[in-house]
Amino acid sequence: MAERVEPDQSAIRLQMQGVCKRFGATIALEDVSIKVASGQVLALVGENGAGKSTLMKVCSGAIKPDTGQMQLDGKPYQPGNPLEARRAGVAMIYQELSLTPHLSVEENIMLGMEPATLGVVHWKKVRQRAIEAIKEFDNPELTPDARVSNLSVGSQQLVEIARALAIGCRVLVLDEPTSSLTRQDVERLFEIIGRLKQQGKAIVYISHFIEEVKRIADKVTVLRDGRVVGGSVVDAISIDEIVALMVGRQVEELYPRSEREAGEVILEIEDLAGPQKPVSASLKLRRGEVLGIAGLVGAGRTELLRSLFGLEPVKRGRIRLGVYTGPASPVRRWMQGAGLLSEDRKEEGLALSLSVADNITLSKLKGFGPLGLVLPGKQDKATRRWLERLDIRCLGPRQSVSSLSGGNQQKVAIARLLQHDVDVLLLDEPTRGIDVAAKALVYKLINELASGSPADGHQPKAVLIVSSYLPELMGVCDRVAVMCRGRLGPTYPIDEVDEHKLMLEATGQEINA
Amino acid sequence: MSDDLMTPKETSRFNWRTWLNTLGPVLALIAVYGIFVTIAPPSFATTRNMEMIARQTTIVGVAALGMTIVIISGGIDLSVGSIVALSTVVIAWLLQNAGMNPLIAAVGGVAAAAFFGFISGTLITRLRVVPFIVTLGMMLVVRGAAKGIGREQKIDVDPERLKWLEELLATVPKERSWMLLPPGVWVLIILAIATAALLRYTRLGRHTFAIGSNEETARLCGVAVERVKVLVFTMCGAFAGLAGLMQFSRLTVGDPTVAVGLELNVIAAVVIGGGSLSGGEGSILGTLVGALLMTTIASGCTQMGLPNWVQEIITGAIIVVAVAVDRLRHRRSL
Repeated sequence: MAERVEPDQSAIRLQMQGVCKRFGATIALEDVSIKVASGQVLALVGENGAGKSTLMKVCSGAIKPDTGQMQLDGKPYQPGNPLEARRAGVAMIYQELSLTPHLSVEENIMLGMEPATLGVVHWKKVRQRAIEAIKEFDNPELTPDARVSNLSVGSQQLVEIARALAIGCRVLVLDEPTSSLTRQDVERLFEIIGRLKQQGKAIVYISHFIEEVKRIADKVTVLRDGRVVGGSVVDAISIDEIVALMVGRQVEELYPRSEREAGEVILEIEDLAGPQKPVSASLKLRRGEVLGIAGLVGAGRTELLRSLFGLEPVKRGRIRLGVYTGPASPVRRWMQGAGLLSEDRKEEGLALSLSVADNITLSKLKGFGPLGLVLPGKQDKATRRWLERLDIRCLGPRQSVSSLSGGNQQKVAIARLLQHDVDVLLLDEPTRGIDVAAKALVYKLINELASGSPADGHQPKAVLIVSSYLPELMGVCDRVAVMCRGRLGPTYPIDEVDEHKLMLEATGQEINA
Repeated sequence: MSDDLMTPKETSRFNWRTWLNTLGPVLALIAVYGIFVTIAPPSFATTRNMEMIARQTTIVGVAALGMTIVIISGGIDLSVGSIVALSTVVIAWLLQNAGMNPLIAAVGGVAAAAFFGFISGTLITRLRVVPFIVTLGMMLVVRGAAKGIGREQKIDVDPERLKWLEELLATVPKERSWMLLPPGVWVLIILAIATAALLRYTRLGRHTFAIGSNEETARLCGVAVERVKVLVFTMCGAFAGLAGLMQFSRLTVGDPTVAVGLELNVIAAVVIGGGSLSGGEGSILGTLVGALLMTTIASGCTQMGLPNWVQEIITGAIIVVAVAVDRLRHRRSL
């Protein structure tokens, strides 16, 4: 096929053979075998719960497999814990970064292997080695003494990669590395991955973004239900084929779109400004319409939603929500019929240790019993409706949310807005980190909400959606506006724009400035 | 490649914001001192009173050094007050009942204190119970042990056995005025410098910060988390033992009921000085300033003839205000 062919057997860097792992009754991995060669990028794709993360946890020593062998550069490799794996040369970079935010870049890079005499650290050597590890990244933000908590997510990720390089890793596992990066940071990361390839590192790349996989990977392996269901040199397989393998069936239309009829303006903001961002934002949102806000991470889109919802102060500007004007607290916003889906479901969106039922009913604990009592039975009954409608996979309403997969957690978070029956849905990155099937369901749901079903007496809702994933905005929105550096641009009907134009507008001013 | 971009600029070493953060509590201390100088009687501003403040700060200050390390590591130690009492009792017992010389008695007291710190650290890491609970238990255990050794009573020590032990926090006599400050205060200063260096320049110190900042990451990177924690609590115990030595020097009796609730003053000193109870933050300079601030307020109020309850209200308010200001500063630096 193309030049990116299967290298000869001798260059195989990491090999996993016949790996099986069970958790109680569930089979997480069944006879999985993968191999990745020096200088090669292997993409591992699959829906959430397909076993990608479990497989990589086995590889990085966090989980011991029930059966199966692993070899690193031809030698048997059995890490007992993540630390042993790192020392052997296999480093994993998780989606949730693993850094010590209070310490400096150089300290993070050298953590656990500081050169020292009698316990006194040689700071000069620390700095030297840290500079060596970061100089390739060529990122001005990344100085040895910068405090990690002050860095952007993209730079923080580079610190983690630098740490892996400093310990001399040969295999680098990246778990969803781009999900919270800006477009530029993604480009920068891809460039670095290219360089690491040249240095002969073997890279395992886990991602939901199949377009990315097509671009960066040499080989792709698809997992489903704990098994390898397909794999190929990346040039020999199409995106549609990959998706079909992932979901095990042909996906019907990913972005359904029924007839929608835009009604009265239900949310109107004019020249809204927050303490720092947004600088200025004006928009009108009608009932029965989906309005998208595109832009780079950090452009102020999240802050816009948060100011609207009263989570951040409003410095200037007018807001009208239905018949209510002016800023209001989150409590009032819920009562006024607006609901916010947080971009950060782990920290903010959900109370992870509480049950599914408690999470779904949290915003309106009313009507679950006489005298203001909250009867668990009634809560569960209300919850079951959503479990069914949103296909939330869990043991029951009383299961703790923390034990659900990302996609199911997100559905729980969305179910809260539905249970509350809000008229205006403010959705911040509603499909971040969830699998294709869950995404499809979210898109379907958004469509249903915006269209309404007069027959059942469901009025159409208004949806304001912030997303960094342009294909999704193009797919679900009726109109779209771009935010750049805190300023919200004009709104365009969706058929008058394309991804290219939106991206230009999102980054355009940055080039001029 | 643009090497000059990567070379750290000298200017980046001097970060005015970091300096403001460290100096914040110092400024507060100067302000409070200034206020008392203007409104309190002239006796407040004398060198004699300053020395008194220094002496009174020593006990809380020494214990707070250990507490700073523990709090940076993300832990807390509630047994400090009890350990101080235990240390005084052990020292008195060794002097009086075992007839030891002062040095051995002092070392014995500190060693006993360190031992209980070690026990706390071991229980925390082995049983995987949070420091709050373990040290809450140890607070009672150690207090009980101290009472047991003293048979529920104070242990009085014959004056001739005390020797240098009673001079640690005594006013500097005329013939040794070159010392400027009592030996105990010097001990505090030297220990403070040593601890600050330990935190800044050693692996142990940096690992303590790393654990407080993100324990899982530290473990992943090969930091011996459990061992560091045990060491941190052992050190905290030892510092509490030294504080007990100072306490003994002042009272010259072994008193198992002394220093009840002292741990709260100690924690307050750390927190006023910028320590974060969620770990990863804290400084020795800040802690000392925090301790000084509280003593200064107490001293000023006494000089003005204000009753105890007023002092307590003021100190309480200062703690909350200090931490609130700290949070505000953090929010701004984001």
